Amino acid sequence: MLTKRIIACLDVRGGRVVKGVQFVDIVDAGDPAELAHRHARGGADEIVLLDITATHEGRGTLLETVKRTAASLFVPFTVGGGIRSAEDAAAVFDAGADKVSINSSAIARPALIGEIGASFGAQAVIVAIDARRTKGSSDPVGDAEVFVSGGRKPTGLRVIEWAVEAEARGAGEILLTSMDSDGVRGGFDCELTRRVSEAVQIPVIASGGAGSAAHFAEVFLVGRADAALAASIFHFGVTDSRALKAEVAAAGVPMRLPC
Amino acid sequence: MIAVIDYKAGNLTSVVKALRFLGANDFVVTQSPAAVLSADKIVLPGVGHFRSTRLLEDLGLTQATRESIATGTPFLGICVGLQWLYQGSTEAPETTGLGHFPGQCERFPAAFEGNDLKSPHVGWNSLENIRPDSRLLKNVANGSFVYYTHSWRAPLSVDTAATTLYGGPFTAAIERGNVMGVQFHPEKSAETGLQVLRNFLAL
Repeated sequence: MLTKRIIACLDVRGGRVVKGVQFVDIVDAGDPAELAHRHARGGADEIVLLDITATHEGRGTLLETVKRTAASLFVPFTVGGGIRSAEDAAAVFDAGADKVSINSSAIARPALIGEIGASFGAQAVIVAIDARRTKGSSDPVGDAEVFVSGGRKPTGLRVIEWAVEAEARGAGEILLTSMDSDGVRGGFDCELTRRVSEAVQIPVIASGGAGSAAHFAEVFLVGRADAALAASIFHFGVTDSRALKAEVAAAGVPMRLPC
Repeated sequence: MIAVIDYKAGNLTSVVKALRFLGANDFVVTQSPAAVLSADKIVLPGVGHFRSTRLLEDLGLTQATRESIATGTPFLGICVGLQWLYQGSTEAPETTGLGHFPGQCERFPAAFEGNDLKSPHVGWNSLENIRPDSRLLKNVANGSFVYYTHSWRAPLSVDTAATTLYGGPFTAAIERGNVMGVQFHPEKSAETGLQVLRNFLAL
């Protein structure tokens, strides 16, 4: 049976893993390669590394980090942050990534989705969407808006429409982050996740708000997510993926166990 | 020497990395029919469109592979590399496969048993009905999880070495003599995948 995936996300800045609460309060959490392997050994189904500064000067550091992390990692490995062209993507694949995640660059130039897919396959292209509910709207979820620049800048795009367009342009998966719930460990935005998941055929990865096993079970069962991503709950010894997955499985969600 | 065939279908880095991790140092990533003919083992990776396998024919690699496997050289196709072992795929009807195994690869149905079926099939799914005589799946237990990402699937046949369920059963692995293929990605399937590659390297 196809299982739901638990994805460990490492937010990286200057070659170190950091995690903020709602994109501020950055805390150092360790070495990316070491943490990626610890997560894989601990039962994570997939690893995502996001370069959250993504400065031009930092690219060399990032590629070195990707190479070091990928060297002996044998689960799917996604890299995001600062990928603005098919050439940027090629460099990240060459360093050992299996998939890239693109966000604002896909909004600025949607053709980029197809360009990367043409060389590396649609399965290698994740379109990341940072979403905020539109308060005051009669349908705050249906009218949820796409934001960029770490959730600060509105784009005027509606989340569901952009997800459908991304799929049509050849995205392999959607990584949907709720900016309303990110970092506060109060649960995923299940309603938004469900609406996006029902609008597209490709897998939807839910992100933002993970705080407990019950939150994961809810986003799979109610939110119809195919995968769920979390960073902060793993880093500080709250739990590991194997323990988390056992609890989620007990709630009736198919999980890769033992792992 | 192991020949890893490069036909520009996606990223070979992961496969090469896994082979190297398992101690295979004598390999070449190649488009050369001569390298395929002289290889001790052949690996055909590939993600992406079935159409891209046309390059194999254009470069003379189809013929070289046919000759090489006829002499008993172990062959492992991965993902589209497995699909190419069949007669063809509805993904690219004008492109013919090797035809070593009968049948056509087809897209997952849009619905199965009354429920919508998402496609592509992405994620970790379990291996079932592992053939006890499979050399490729030696020491791999029924129910072991492997990583998939694909929208077309290969039909079942007498040579199917394991199945996976998604919209009904499909061929997860196929094996007849020295010719083998896996639909999943052993290079991304943690310890189970490494075991499959280890088995192939040990042939």
